[in-house]
Formats: sequence, structure tokens, C-alpha cells
Amino acid sequence: MIDIYNLCFSPEWAFLRFAMLVGVCLAPALGIIGTMVVTRRISSLAGASTHAALGGFGLALFLQRVIQLEWFTPTLGAVIGAVAAAVAVGIVSIYAKEREDTVIGAVWAIGMSVGLLFLDRTPGYVDWQGYLFGSILLLTGEDLVMTLILDAVIIIPTVVFFPSLLAMTFDDTFTRLRGIHVTILYLGLLILTALTIVLLINLVGIMLVIALLTLPSAAAACYTSHLRTTMLLSAVFNVLFILSGLLLSCILSLPSGPTIVVLAGIVYAASMAFKKYFAQ
Amino acid sequence: MSKNQPVISISNLSFSYTPGLPVLENVSLEIPSGQSGCIVGPNGGGKSTLLKLMLGLLQPVSGSIKVLGGSPAKSRRKIGYMPQYHQLDASFPASVLEVALMGRLTPRTFFAYKKSDRNAAMEALDILGIADLAEQSFAGLSGGQRQRVLIARALAGEPELLLLDEPTANIDPGAEEQFYATLDELRRRMTVITVSHDLGFVNRETDLVICVNRSVNIHRATDFTAETADEVYHHHVNMIKHDHSCFCHCKTEHQKHD
Repeated sequence: MIDIYNLCFSPEWAFLRFAMLVGVCLAPALGIIGTMVVTRRISSLAGASTHAALGGFGLALFLQRVIQLEWFTPTLGAVIGAVAAAVAVGIVSIYAKEREDTVIGAVWAIGMSVGLLFLDRTPGYVDWQGYLFGSILLLTGEDLVMTLILDAVIIIPTVVFFPSLLAMTFDDTFTRLRGIHVTILYLGLLILTALTIVLLINLVGIMLVIALLTLPSAAAACYTSHLRTTMLLSAVFNVLFILSGLLLSCILSLPSGPTIVVLAGIVYAASMAFKKYFAQ
Repeated sequence: MSKNQPVISISNLSFSYTPGLPVLENVSLEIPSGQSGCIVGPNGGGKSTLLKLMLGLLQPVSGSIKVLGGSPAKSRRKIGYMPQYHQLDASFPASVLEVALMGRLTPRTFFAYKKSDRNAAMEALDILGIADLAEQSFAGLSGGQRQRVLIARALAGEPELLLLDEPTANIDPGAEEQFYATLDELRRRMTVITVSHDLGFVNRETDLVICVNRSVNIHRATDFTAETADEVYHHHVNMIKHDHSCFCHCKTEHQKHD
């Protein structure tokens, strides 16, 4: 059993404190990107990008161990896989909307398969379960630094271009007619979504990224009818879900990713019920 | 723009999505300054395509199109456009004022809108009679109210030309008269071109009826009769002449299948 003092100061729980710190730092990025994914309805695109990250991850690990390509780290591989998939599907959705669904399915399955094949042929031990279901023990100082950089590259453009972002999410044709470079804005959003996904993988794992990307924002959307406040409330929810989920998973010896996601799911269901029976 | 320049001038325009299957063929038309038009025709006849060409969202395969004296892409910011309402997310998280403000958006709008933008958007909402809804959530409105918000958004950019795609698709029952009066008021301020698959919306105040069915014919509204409608739709169309705001109303066999 853990007590508050031990939790705060004991070296035994240092990994948990670190995971909580990374989780709290991820919350702002997650609040903004999650809200955009939910409002713009691109969660299946985000799913394809997530699974393509596994493809890039497997390729990088394979190359590192087989031909000693040391600079090609698994995280870099995951970033390349996730961004390439998001941009490819994004371009299809702009120029051939009718093919979008098929392409998403293909990228999703192929990304995952390529990743698993490479991992199978990679010599040495690979904690692939950690990548599929998340492992807070995998979090490193690098994750913290990248999370803080990600916050900056998401928050700054969101604040600066908020009017264009809001208009594009509502009606991209009209926004294009107002002279905004909608294609650039949209692809920028997709790239930031892919980067958020890669950083989320260590926390909750590939299988659960989409849940954590959408559930807190979907819950937040039940309480407000402005995009800006949905983003803020979603960030607050993320802090709550990640902290309580991590704590609960350590107390009850449960895997952290599923614990966080189940908490988010319960709050989402309660929020939907709240909206249905009490609001309006 | 000089007073005598046509608002829209199209010459020998053809367009097709797939080569060999023309959607519009050899279209020439001119809408003089200060005149309003209603684009009508059967579904699949090319109405939406013609509208997209006017907005510069599509490029003609051959021929030319000029809007407000320049290319459609160049004149875009002087055009107020209202898309078909069902294309948009009805549960979108924004207030009525936030949606109207989108009509003031420019590539130089950063952080938030200026006070002058807010005033213009409020004025547009006022013209549509919904200024009191400004702070309400867009998602909570009726279909007819949302339609008005989208017209206000088109109007907020102070356009010289207003293009309205199916503006009567969602009018709240009982609000038709008031809605037509608002449109008449807008026609006095600027050129208004509406698209309708429903001939019923050939308004009394409309000067020109632009019939689109692969080819394009322009009629003066006063000359537009049951015979003309039959010609456009290639089969018999029932016409009901209304007392005041409506010129005619029809339901064709064609439309019933859509």
C-alpha cells in the first residue's frame, strides 16, 4: 500500500511521479488536438496515423539492431510513420474524399502489419506489449522535453490562428473563399495530431491512443458550446484522468493505459447523460 | 466596379468532371449590374457546378468567366456565399456571432476579430432579424434560424454580390413571408443570385430566371411561364401562380425521385 508521503518523496515511486509530470505536460496539447479531432471528425484518420506509427517504429528498431543505424531511433521512426500517414490520408480527403474511408483502412492495417513483421524479425528482446498497451516505465527525460516542445508548437499557432482554425473546422469551402490557405492549415493540424499521437503512445499505448485523444474532448463538449472552452475543459479533464488513472493503476496494480481510458470513458458516458437530462 | 459593368459575364464556357461527359456546354450569359437572378433547373443539371465556377472553386475546361470585372478567384472577397445548409455540422461548438464573424475573416485575422468586425457582423445579424440571438449557441437554433445566420455570415463581409445556394430549403413554417421580405430587402442593396431546385422560389423581385440543364437559358422573370418551365425540365411541370411573393410553384416527376 502506498501513502501520500511515500508517493511524494520515496525513490520507489519516482517513476510514477515522473509519469504524472509527463502526463500533466501532455494535457494542454491533448486538450487542443483532441478537441480538433472530435470537432473536425478525424478520429479514424488519427487511428490510421497511430497504427502507421507502429510501422515506422518497427522499421527503425529493425534497422538500429540489424544494420546499426544508430541515429534512426524508434521515436523518430514512429514520428515519420505517423506524419506520413496523416498527410497522405489528409491529401486523399482533400482531393478524393470518396476514397478516404478505404485509404484509412488500408493505412491502418498495413502500418500495423509492417510494424509487427519488423518487430518479429528484429533480433533481441522487444517489449512490443509496452508499445501496444502503454508502459509508463518506458517514459524518459526525452519524452518530457519533447512534450514541452510539442505544447509550444501546438499552443502558439492555435492562439495566433484561432479565427481561421475555427472557420476552417466549421466550413472549409467558405474559409477558402475568404482567402485562407485551408490546405496548409489542415495539413498543419494533421502533422501536429501525428506528433501528439507519438508522444501519447508511451503513456497509453497504440491501442488506446484514439480513446485518450477523443474521450476527454467529447466529454468536455457536453458542457460548453464554444471551441475555445471545449479545448480548455478538455485539458483539465486530461490532467484529472491521467493523474487519477496513474495513481489508481499503481494502487491496484493495474496496467496504466487501460485504467486511464476506462476513467475517461466513465466520465464521457456520465457527461452524455448529463447533457441529455439536465442541459437545454 | 463601374456601374455598367456586368456582375457576371460568361462566354462559351464548357465544363466536365470526366472528359466526354459535359456537365455544362457552351454557356454564355451576362447578368447586368443591379439585376438579380434565380438559377433553376433539375437536379444533376449543373446548377451547383455553375455556382462553383462563379466562385472559382472549379475552372472551366474552355471558355471564360468573369465576376465583378475580374476572375472569380480575384473577386472572391467581394462575393458573399451561403452554402447548402446540410453540408455543415449542425452541432458545431460556436455562438451565432462567432459564425457570422467568419464572414469577416481575412488572411490577416490573428488572435481575435477587431471591434469593427464585430460591429459589421452584428449589423448583418440585425438585417436578418436575429441580432438578439448573437450570444446563443449555433447548435441550439432551428433550421430556419441557422439559415439566417449563414446568410448573415455571407453578408458580414460587405459583398457586392450575394450567392445563395438553396436559401429556402429550411425556412421555418410560418416564417416564409418574413424571409422573402428579407431577401427582397437584400436585392435592393446588392445583386443577389439564388440557386433553387424548386421553381417555387422564383421570387417576384427576381429579374432573371437562369435555367440550367447542361445548356443555360436566361429568361426575364416576367416572361417565365409554364411552357418555359416544361422546356427546361423536359416534361410537364405544374405551375401554381401565387398572389404576391411567389411567381410559381412546381413539383416535377423528376424531383419526386430525388
